[in-house]
Amino acid sequence: MTEQTLEKLRILTESAKYDVSCSSSGTVRSNKQGGVGNTLGGIGICHSFSDDGRCISLLKIMLTNYCIYDCAYCINRRSNDIPRATLSVTELVELTMEFYRRNYIEGLFLSSGVVRNPDYTMERLVRIVKDLRTIHRFNGYIHLKSIPGASRELINEAGRYADRMSVNIEIPNEDSLKRLAPEKDFQSVFQPMKFIQQGVLESSEERKKFRYAPRFVPAGQSTQMIVGATADSDKDILHLSSTLYARPTMRRVYYSGYIAVNTYDKRLPVLKQPPLVRENRLYQADWLLRFYQFKVDEIVNDAHPDLDLEIDPKLSWALRHPECFPVDINKADYEMILRIPGVGVKSARLIVSSRRFGRLTSYHLKKMGVVMKKAKYFITCGELEARGVNELRPERVRELLLPAPKKKTDDRQLSFQFPDEP
Amino acid sequence: MIVYLYDRTFDGILTAVFDAYSRKTFPDVLLGEGEQLPLFCEETHTVITDEAKARRVWKALRKKLSAAALSCLTISYLSELPELDMPLFRYIRKTVDSPRSIETNFADEDVLMVTNTYRKVMHERHRMLQFVRFQKATDGTYFALHEPLYNVIALGISHFKDRFADQPFLIYDKRRDYGYYYDKETLTRVSFAEKLPHFLTGKLNEELMAKDEKLFQELWRTYFKAICIKERMNPRKQKKDMPTRYWKYLTEKQK
Ligand code: SF4
Repeated sequence: MTEQTLEKLRILTESAKYDVSCSSSGTVRSNKQGGVGNTLGGIGICHSFSDDGRCISLLKIMLTNYCIYDCAYCINRRSNDIPRATLSVTELVELTMEFYRRNYIEGLFLSSGVVRNPDYTMERLVRIVKDLRTIHRFNGYIHLKSIPGASRELINEAGRYADRMSVNIEIPNEDSLKRLAPEKDFQSVFQPMKFIQQGVLESSEERKKFRYAPRFVPAGQSTQMIVGATADSDKDILHLSSTLYARPTMRRVYYSGYIAVNTYDKRLPVLKQPPLVRENRLYQADWLLRFYQFKVDEIVNDAHPDLDLEIDPKLSWALRHPECFPVDINKADYEMILRIPGVGVKSARLIVSSRRFGRLTSYHLKKMGVVMKKAKYFITCGELEARGVNELRPERVRELLLPAPKKKTDDRQLSFQFPDEP
Repeated sequence: MIVYLYDRTFDGILTAVFDAYSRKTFPDVLLGEGEQLPLFCEETHTVITDEAKARRVWKALRKKLSAAALSCLTISYLSELPELDMPLFRYIRKTVDSPRSIETNFADEDVLMVTNTYRKVMHERHRMLQFVRFQKATDGTYFALHEPLYNVIALGISHFKDRFADQPFLIYDKRRDYGYYYDKETLTRVSFAEKLPHFLTGKLNEELMAKDEKLFQELWRTYFKAICIKERMNPRKQKKDMPTRYWKYLTEKQK
């Protein structure tokens, strides 16, 4: 470990940072005798927040940023003239261990550019995670990004040491993907996803028979799509997400607002700023799919292929369905309570458990954290009520709920957070 | 107005409940000993904390409340917030008086207040897990100074013991002046009368740092800078998720 490592660390972090996934959720593993580290499950721990407001949970780094591929949207594509570096296995292992021991991180998120060929690269990645687990007895979190085109054998080996693996789709439409990343196609993405899924399913079968059979990526897999680099609609994106969530091991789909890193490439749009509002709306929609029991067609469909940028997707759905309101707070099912704009999972649970003791009024709702400013148009709780969405009409309610136009709006200041599993 | 004075301990509150039932007068205000009495005070009673009485009240609570609700009571108390005293007292009283547990009645202001305070304390514990930063000293001990909003060091320490089982460490609460030392076998609660400079600044002097400690701090700061995407700068979200009061002891925020 020397001063040179500093420079390599800088280069390889800069190259890795566009992958947005960072969570350390999903595995519970206590420390073993003589080892270091554990993972908590649940939401994982963010140890810091960088100046862009993103959570830093894992040491997110590339083994090397040399790459033989030429994906148009990627800073590391071979035709870019950028500083390149490669870390040695020892350096990477030491960085991980020393950062971990100082409580800087929950573990490692390792990826790599493709050198020589996919298997050659994948082998190096596997070597690192194996060393960490077996030689250094590291029990912290490991997320390994699989190399597109890597063989099933290597993925199977990697899965024994990693908590989570990911293969990024990046572009939600195969033709666009081929156009932008000539070396890739859907096969090169979905094949390894399938290998990972098979590995998980086989290992859980094994573990039914032998309790000590090794676990295989216990935190499942994740993927990422770039938003705004192609003309695909939110409907295309969210339909793909919902198909992926239907698979047994897919835990998270991440959305990454396209950042124009290669402005010279004419195949890509010229964006002054990454589409962060749209990205935020996609996360909210994703949230509705996973925790609010929404079907994807309720959120986006042929009549509404794109999410409303001005209001959140749940409010947007409610305004399109005034016939479902008002919802009676004291009687409606949990599922329907969840659909009220301004009511979150936490307050929905509080409502359902408290109303057994007596009638709830708007006073109680406010105390429980319901955003009454929104909810008041959509509920009834047996009081003298303000006029609701049906009396006022949805258009009027929409106007009333739009944020007051500020002098200078900076859409980067959105503070929606997307913690992992609640 | 009836005022009870007590020693600001959890056993003290339980004893106050016991006293109230045996005196048949219930306090409107609970105050710590030596605190300013309100202007119109008809009656004051000084609670003498008594373990046996406290235990009897606790036993009564155990019959009615779930384990989760019980730990909600004790953990909320670690907030050290004086405004929790009366809601906590009333929560206990209502539980004693009610035929069934009221713990899920969040329309009750006292239940909601205690539960929300419990949540805040647990959140502060989580922040301890997030923001404690160790520096390695020449003798191999990993040192961290912490200043949590609530008294959560004891609540979070077992996480560190499990995670860093093979490394000696010391985590010290600067404001409350105590901490835990772990020697790779046992945890010991410690409190130092005389303080070396790093107990005040949170920073080890260079001669006390293990070899390479400085380099690793430098590496971490380099990483912290490099991981940020300039096009997405969002200091407001950063401060919301990592309030500036923690920055003092964060390695990545030092020069
Ligand atoms: S293969 Fe990966 S690292 Fe290489 S250019 Fe494509 S996206 Fe970038």
